[in-house]
Amino acid sequence: MNDDRLGPGSRVETHLAGYDPDPRRYDELRDQQGAVRPHWRGLIDRLCTDGAHVIARRALELTRRLIVENGVAYNVYSDPQGADRPWALDPLPLILSPEEWRGIEVGVAQRARILEALLADLYGPQRLLAEGLVPPELPFGHLNFLWPCHGLAPRGGRYLHVYAADLARAPDGHWWLLADRTQAPSGAGYALENRDIVEQVLPEAIRDLNVRRIGDFFGEMRESLRGLFDDADNPLVVILTPGRFNETYFEHAYMARQLGLPLVEGQDLTVRNDTVYLKTLGGLKRVRTIVRRLDDDFCDPMELRSDSHLGVPGLISALRARKVAITNALGTGVLESAAWLGFLPGIADRLLGEALQLPAVASWWCGEKPALDYVLAHLEQLVIKPTYPNQHFEPVFGSDLAGEERAALARRLEKRPYAYVAQERVALSQAPVWRSNGSPGFTARAFTIRVYAVATEEGFRVLPGGLARIAAGRAVDVVSTQRGGGSKDIWVLSERPESPAATAAHRRLQVSIRPDDVPSRVVENLFWLGRYTVRCADNARLLRSTVRVRIDRSVWMHAVRIGCALGVISPASQPPAPFTADQDPFGIAADVKRIAWCASQVRSRLSARYWRAVVGLQRQVQEATASREQPREALERLALSLAALSGYAAEDMTHDEGFRMLRIGRRLERLQFVARLLAQHLQSATAIRQSQVEWLLDVCHSMSIYRSRYFVAPRLGSALDLLVRDLHHPVALAFQCDSIARDLDGLAATLKITRDPGIDAPIPELADEELLQLEGDDGAARAARAALATRLRALHVAAADLSDRLSMRHFSHTGDSQSVWM
Amino acid sequence: MDVRKGLRYRIHHETAYDYASDVLHAHHVLHLVPRPAPFQQCLEHTIRIDPDTYRRRDEIDAFGNAVTHLEFEHVHQRLEVLTQMEVEVHPRPKVFAGHSMPWERLCEELAYYGGYPTRENLEACRFRHESPYVRVKQEFTDYSAECFPADAPIMECADALMVKLNRELKYSPGATTVGTPVREVLKHRRGVCQDFAHLMIACLRSRGLAARYVSGYLREGPMRDANAGPAAVGAGASHAWVAVFSPPFGWLEFDPTNDVIVGTGHIAVAWGRDFGDVSPLHGVLLGGADHKMEVSVTVETLTPW
Repeated sequence: MNDDRLGPGSRVETHLAGYDPDPRRYDELRDQQGAVRPHWRGLIDRLCTDGAHVIARRALELTRRLIVENGVAYNVYSDPQGADRPWALDPLPLILSPEEWRGIEVGVAQRARILEALLADLYGPQRLLAEGLVPPELPFGHLNFLWPCHGLAPRGGRYLHVYAADLARAPDGHWWLLADRTQAPSGAGYALENRDIVEQVLPEAIRDLNVRRIGDFFGEMRESLRGLFDDADNPLVVILTPGRFNETYFEHAYMARQLGLPLVEGQDLTVRNDTVYLKTLGGLKRVRTIVRRLDDDFCDPMELRSDSHLGVPGLISALRARKVAITNALGTGVLESAAWLGFLPGIADRLLGEALQLPAVASWWCGEKPALDYVLAHLEQLVIKPTYPNQHFEPVFGSDLAGEERAALARRLEKRPYAYVAQERVALSQAPVWRSNGSPGFTARAFTIRVYAVATEEGFRVLPGGLARIAAGRAVDVVSTQRGGGSKDIWVLSERPESPAATAAHRRLQVSIRPDDVPSRVVENLFWLGRYTVRCADNARLLRSTVRVRIDRSVWMHAVRIGCALGVISPASQPPAPFTADQDPFGIAADVKRIAWCASQVRSRLSARYWRAVVGLQRQVQEATASREQPREALERLALSLAALSGYAAEDMTHDEGFRMLRIGRRLERLQFVARLLAQHLQSATAIRQSQVEWLLDVCHSMSIYRSRYFVAPRLGSALDLLVRDLHHPVALAFQCDSIARDLDGLAATLKITRDPGIDAPIPELADEELLQLEGDDGAARAARAALATRLRALHVAAADLSDRLSMRHFSHTGDSQSVWM
Repeated sequence: MDVRKGLRYRIHHETAYDYASDVLHAHHVLHLVPRPAPFQQCLEHTIRIDPDTYRRRDEIDAFGNAVTHLEFEHVHQRLEVLTQMEVEVHPRPKVFAGHSMPWERLCEELAYYGGYPTRENLEACRFRHESPYVRVKQEFTDYSAECFPADAPIMECADALMVKLNRELKYSPGATTVGTPVREVLKHRRGVCQDFAHLMIACLRSRGLAARYVSGYLREGPMRDANAGPAAVGAGASHAWVAVFSPPFGWLEFDPTNDVIVGTGHIAVAWGRDFGDVSPLHGVLLGGADHKMEVSVTVETLTPW
């Protein structure tokens, strides 16, 4: 290292002139004499060149672009900005030296072992409670101490598969533990994504400085999970998410992609005979292991919180029967409380005979009288936190309160002392951050780090790296992703160069999910998306054709009667008001709402323009409801938008089994509509009048085809010929049946299941003479029309039956056709 | 009534659900078998379920109650659960309320102090905290303040609290549901036995005392005396009351709905932290839409007095 580049007045010194750490805090970058610490020199030397500001600007730009391209987002529940907020990453890493890391690594692994042993005692013999080493208030008052899990030994004998520790460095230079994350530690996905991005932003630096690879973290996790079921071939592992509204949904999706595992919601799983199954299009698939991202008490509405719809009813029974494993075990969240920290040294000594290597921030659980007295006397220097996560109490710094406020806090502590924990206030250390406004140089920000450990055959392995979380302001001592702030990659330096083999191995394999593991919920929503789109289009066309014939009273009466019979026109609203409020379950507005809902459930399968069209559709309906313009214009536009939707579906979606179900949904809906429409028409006394037939053809969007084919004015017989038996006309009944039959063949072939018999009623075969007879005006003709109407109604019923059968078989997985679990 | 003698009861408990649409699949958890206790013994118990195609597993839960898990995997529109049992209930030893521990001392004894807790106290600690249906709040402490004068024995406090709740809460079936939060009950001052019990438990736990929720049955007819006194409120259905940890006498039971100390007129089935731990029948269904439920309970006294 060339010293005159780092000494006073050197180039580096000039670049660091604007770097402004708080002198009362530990500075990661420079020591007390102002010299850059040795493990930072390599990076700083590279960055502080003549082109420093260009490097910084390029790095920040590239980072922003990669975050958008990779779709890294963080949801904040009540974010006024909207649901997804892009992830904030400062590409300048936090660097840790090998010696320093060794201390953290050993301490975190030991802590994971101690917590594992503590869980085994709490959910087992409860010796620590009996011996007075643990206050009963801690587990018994915590909502994540789950009594139904007491005595339930987890499969593989392990409670924690992944553990995370939040650490901070105090002004004395030592790392202290702030908090334990034991139920479903989040952030590992973001840590890997950060590394992927920083690798592209600072490729040479990361290669030349011997930065340790964070490696195949998820691969190791997968191996750890596989080990739980060595008796099964290719056991199915799923990731259970609370859904897309969760703040870390990006990470759930990321994990699913990295591991090649299905991402499922509670309703995608079902417990039958104490065995957990994934509901897929192809049937029930046995699940061996569940990686949960769902909180403890939400996991089983049968035995835990009954108001939760996110969980899996019967899951605990299945766990008790040891037919499934879940990671981390249910109830591990009980350790997520600052109240445990002060008791850990005693617990470590009693359970493992070891001294704690990684000290926690000094903490006083107020449930003990001497602790409470100390806390009340020293509020000034302490942070007060709730003992239990469900308390409505935000951590508060005693020094921020004065007078009556402080007295009120003291009274609160005295009334329910066991519900509060006091911690020493740690002045967090600071690290350099690139100024995001593009001005050259660094600024200093406080931060904490989250470090991850995974259980392996050889014990807990600590990921060399992790997630550094930066506070939003300069001298802030609370770091929270929910409150803004950003993140950094952590570089752990190695003494030896990383072997090229390790570099190659780190390239993670992207595994795709098998098509038959697609959850039923997704396919069911596609099926209904198809149905609602067609329903909406058909209803809109019926209304439009009806509005068009208002001047001809006889046709108008005919049309309105049929419209009412089909439930499209409300008998109470004459003339029809197509865009009535969406409370009207049969109105267009309600149909569009259903389309939007189904689309939102399968958004990841839809193209961007499809989604935009859905949003546009909703806007159209809103505008039409508000405006006084002719409904005909609005209906015309709506029909066009719906046609676009169908076109995008056919053009943009992969034509897999999900698409097949969407198409079956469309055909079934159309079949039902046309069959009912024709049946109603045939029953009318004026069925054979030319203008009525014209209206019928217009509703079916078939006027132009009719004209080009028959060269005669609209007649009932020819119209029926076209609308019933034409195999090539996409409105005709025969076309729908034929298409459905082919899709059922395809489904049976792909999923290797027996084929559903399909529509259990024939398309009426109409010979030419019969068609002619239907046009007559005598009693025999009327009888023939009534008979045909009856057959059409039977067809409608058969279509409804098929819809129910498909739904039983592929979506809810019940009924006689399902016997996979017997 | 001669309370020194044991009584024998025959109990029929019938629950029927009528579903508005098909139930395709269902899991149920049942707490319907009276648990063994020092003062009662279940001599005989049968359970009949319709539809009879189901899977069944019997277990003992973490609180020592008998639990039955049922699973139905065939389409049904109606579920009927009929239990019949014979239970012998023995009189409990007379205790003198004034000899029970002063409530503040009890709070201190239950709180952690760093030493070995007694087994009894540790067991009581399970029932000292918030649970899904029972919040711990200052408003409950304030509401019940008059019942806890300084140095008063716990039993006298619990008795005063029971009297207060019985006087101030209106028994009104239909006013609350299973999910009504206990804070709402305090606000509107009405509910059924479950609400009376939850509120009493909330008042006790908010002070750091231990109280548990007992579910069971109630003999019909006059409460205090065979020939006189008000008729039992809550008979004809499942009933619920409260057990209060009252050293040195252990757990003593109070029925705030009827304003009586529990004796041979109550048959306990299960106890836990709150209703959620011991609800007689709890199901999660696939399908079913709305349902109508009918419950009938008859308690027949076999030993005449």
